[in-house]
Amino acid sequence: MDFSFQFDWQAAIDSIPFLLKGIPYTLLISFGGLLIGFVLGIIFGLLSINKKWFLRWPATAYIEIFRGTPILVQVLFIFYGLPDLIGSPINPLTAGIAAIALNSGAYISEVVRGGVQSIDKGQSEAGLSLGLSRTQTFWSVIWPQAFRRMIPPLGNQAIVSIKDTSLFSVIGVGELVRQGQIYIANTFTAFEVYFVVALLYLAITLSLSMILRFVERRGLASV
Amino acid sequence: MTHIVEMKGMNKYFGKLHVLKNIDLTVEPGEVVVIIGASGSGKSTLIRCANGLEEYESGKLIVDGHPLAPKGGNQKALAEIRKEVGMVFQQFNLFPHLTVKKNIMLAPMKVKSTPETVANATAERLLNRVGIGNQADKYPSQLSGGQQQRVAIARALAMEPRLMLFDEPTSALDPEMIGEVLDVMRELAKEGMTMMVVTHEMGFAREVADRVIYIHEGQIVEQGKPDDVFDNPQNERTQAFLSRVLAH
Repeated sequence: MDFSFQFDWQAAIDSIPFLLKGIPYTLLISFGGLLIGFVLGIIFGLLSINKKWFLRWPATAYIEIFRGTPILVQVLFIFYGLPDLIGSPINPLTAGIAAIALNSGAYISEVVRGGVQSIDKGQSEAGLSLGLSRTQTFWSVIWPQAFRRMIPPLGNQAIVSIKDTSLFSVIGVGELVRQGQIYIANTFTAFEVYFVVALLYLAITLSLSMILRFVERRGLASV
Repeated sequence: MTHIVEMKGMNKYFGKLHVLKNIDLTVEPGEVVVIIGASGSGKSTLIRCANGLEEYESGKLIVDGHPLAPKGGNQKALAEIRKEVGMVFQQFNLFPHLTVKKNIMLAPMKVKSTPETVANATAERLLNRVGIGNQADKYPSQLSGGQQQRVAIARALAMEPRLMLFDEPTSALDPEMIGEVLDVMRELAKEGMTMMVVTHEMGFAREVADRVIYIHEGQIVEQGKPDDVFDNPQNERTQAFLSRVLAH
């Protein structure tokens, strides 16, 4: 048997234009999903610390279900299962965005809950004692401080969600991994192509890390 | 004369713990009432009831003409009371994400819809009054403890309160900064502000208070003019407490 293996640089470079076509989908699913997930996270995160049990329980149920089941199962359920229920097919892109939104929303709910609960009780007491309503105290005093503390874990979640989109190759979204699979099917250059795919993910996540670190430093400097 | 604060047979529990027992207390306009007592005696809880930060279980509480029902009953009265009662906390509780000036401007603008220019002018005037006019654009963390507490007083004053509550305002301060905060409070008292002060500063109590109240295990056991309470306490619990705190 011949174990000698040569990394074929030309094959790697040749694959790039085709792989790049997957990036817009990867970014659209990630950031579209995360944006909705952020809204869901604020809503359910705040509901999960509400004093009223009938608001708290459904929120907690949502968080536990979507944190406690694999995102791959979630997206398969949305793409193959839900159409049976609603009677019409769901396009893979929508299914992907929905899966990221619901999944990241559950994690972001926990980030929101933790951020809000980390703010000292004295802060809300000060707000209330000045005559601010509970709502005013929350949005003017608690939330701005909590949000600053949420930036690092939110960045973490964004990176996790970006990588999770790679799973959606199974429902046929033309994202990065799917593009790679198609390309390899024709060229049989798996090693080179997946190497490039990995590098492209790294480029996205590293850029995001750098932006977040910058935002974080700006945000904390003013406290 | 209408009372600023009227507590009648007020009881407060933390779970099974009976922290305030049958409190009868009235505070008149312009009066400075200093509340003393050992830690855990309920003195902080008492003044926290006066702006509804603590709910009480039974009895009666009227603050500046607004009856506040037990168990946090009426939200409208509570909102009115909080507009009229300022509070200064042991840990300052300034808003760390806002500049000193914005700390002071926030409540007038949000609660009273005061125009920004007016709120700004008020903030500057109050900061000058508490002696830190030149720190307006700094963040609280850039100030010393004494300066932070003076900002907290200015922040409460910006709402033009009818009553000021002080919950151990100097207990978290380094000794050299206690004086500057007490000076501001002394000025306020002189200008006729109605004040309820929980403190361990017996010198301040003797000098500024119109009335000193001693609380023991949730009960008012003695009250009177500072000289009477300090020099000639009638209750043996008061005597024991004072001999402990005045000994050193």
